[in-house]
Amino acid sequence: MRELTFTAAAREALAEEMAQNPAIFVVGQGIGKRGGNFNTTTGLYELYGQERLADVPISERGFVGMCAGAAMTGTRPVVDFMFLDFILDGFGELVNQVAKMQYMSSGRLKMPLLLRGCIGVGGASATHHSGNYYPIFAHLPGFRVALPTNPYDAKGLLKTALRTDDPVLFLEHKSLLNTKGPVPEEEYTIPFGQAAVVRQGTAVTVVAFALMVRKTLEACEQLEKEGISVELIDPRTVAPLDVDTILESVRKTGRLLVVDETFGPCGMGSEVAAQIMEKGFDELDAPVRRVYGAHTPIPYSAPLEQAAVPQVPQIAQAIRDLVAE
Amino acid sequence: MNAPNKEVLLSLYRQMLVIRRCEEQLARSYQAGLIPGACHTYVGEEAIATGVCAHLRHEDAVFSTHRGHGHALAKGVPPRQVVAELYGKSTGCSQGRGGSMHLFSPEVGMMGTSGIVGPCILQATGAGYSFKLLKTDRVGVAFFGDGAVNNGAFHEGLNLATIFNLPVLFVCENNQYATEVPFTYSSKNSEVANRAAAYNLPGVAVDGNEVLAVYRVAGEAIERARKGGGPTLMECRTYRTRAHAEGMREAGYRSIEEIESWKARDPIPAFRKQLLARGYRAGELDRIDEEVKAQIQEAVEFAEQSPWPDPSTLMDHIYSRSGA
Repeated sequence: MRELTFTAAAREALAEEMAQNPAIFVVGQGIGKRGGNFNTTTGLYELYGQERLADVPISERGFVGMCAGAAMTGTRPVVDFMFLDFILDGFGELVNQVAKMQYMSSGRLKMPLLLRGCIGVGGASATHHSGNYYPIFAHLPGFRVALPTNPYDAKGLLKTALRTDDPVLFLEHKSLLNTKGPVPEEEYTIPFGQAAVVRQGTAVTVVAFALMVRKTLEACEQLEKEGISVELIDPRTVAPLDVDTILESVRKTGRLLVVDETFGPCGMGSEVAAQIMEKGFDELDAPVRRVYGAHTPIPYSAPLEQAAVPQVPQIAQAIRDLVAE
Repeated sequence: MNAPNKEVLLSLYRQMLVIRRCEEQLARSYQAGLIPGACHTYVGEEAIATGVCAHLRHEDAVFSTHRGHGHALAKGVPPRQVVAELYGKSTGCSQGRGGSMHLFSPEVGMMGTSGIVGPCILQATGAGYSFKLLKTDRVGVAFFGDGAVNNGAFHEGLNLATIFNLPVLFVCENNQYATEVPFTYSSKNSEVANRAAAYNLPGVAVDGNEVLAVYRVAGEAIERARKGGGPTLMECRTYRTRAHAEGMREAGYRSIEEIESWKARDPIPAFRKQLLARGYRAGELDRIDEEVKAQIQEAVEFAEQSPWPDPSTLMDHIYSRSGA
């Protein structure tokens, strides 16, 4: 099978859907002729022109609200935030308007709005270009939140995002953008709320999000040599969250670790732990453990930046400790 | 634009009365404890929604604010659905999910009123974006108060609508108070229309208590928008003669004399006087009022008799049925 980068796979999904659906348009900074700071729209301006690839002023609240109105009136906007951090200037529009519009209109208005942006810590991006923020959106009713971790999933999840009538956050970890993987030429989509079992194992279940899937895989290779068999689950979407797949795995292993790059308090680890405790307490042979990022703004300098997020040895040790409990 | 004919003149009169009688009824219902939440009336401002919406079709999109009963009614939401909504009944235009501040009826192009000041400006801009991209001659209209003018949404929305030359009408209902804060306090520029110069779009100030003046200016702006001429900012100078919301004080932050001077400029008797001067008979106008009163009475009975929403529908419509 051919291999594409994460970015190319996501771009192919966007290009294919734009070809199919003339109501799709993209707004963002530098997404027109420039093709996007992260090459999210390279080549599309030449095909679809300025109205469908509209560079907008740096006014996030303005264009988020504008796209909300557009989504309510028959088009399908894609907001390309470049860095997800910039979404926060439009947060009020998202929480009070976008997420609530279908409900408040009793389902008579649709909100087919795709919000995409790069997330994650790395590359000395510093505190305004390193945000994750997905647990905040997962907390709120009305959003779908996708966290693809490989090119295949990026394409399949983006296609689904461009076909649903719900507002979707499609979040791309910066450190994954240039990773390559197999992507079939033929049409496919990946439904939301369906986790992937990335690696099968018997001793412990690890649920990891975004870049942590790759870091945990590295840890797994090391642990394999030590005779520890890890089952790794990538939820792929945090809203909806596929608790059933996690629960099924825990039934087998009896142990659960949640690895997340972002903050612990009120985070994905807390949520997964609580749900598994509620639905599968009797399946657990040990307490649910969490590995997560430091509860701090993200610093610039490499030693500080690396200390802010879980690293492979830390993940490996957490797995060893849990297996020993 | 052609001068309004008889049919239009009488429909403007009727529409203003529908809003007024509905608001008066809602105020009475509030006092009787039949409206469990907020109730922001539009009394005194009826000429604006009436004069603007007279030019709109159902497929044009209106976005409004917490003071939105008048916009909903003028856009074609039946009074019975508005009253039932404020009563919290399942037959309300938002099926009991919204109340006074969240009126939705996309079937007639009422795309929602918002309890947050400003978003309507951005959403109307977005409707304009859709209508241009889809190559229609539909327009987006935002109604908002002077309180929204100092909000960032005003700046960002007008700028976006102008750079993309979108078919949008921004209608500022400058009633001079944001809740109880005077506009002269919250801005050193007490005018709104002249702010259009900052974005380079047409800005027109009009007497918001003169329905024919509103009708004329809105008609020109909407026609221009439909023909690809871009957005317009319209400032309608007006006054709300009741409290910000029912149950709040009418004066204190403003003088009784000021309120009385604006009551003397009530847009409905003023328009009635004009109609009489044009030769319409008092009996004909009275008959319209009687019909409207009967319509509102029917709306109240409908609301009272309507069922409450079923609690089992609490979680309906959070997500679409499209699946994902």
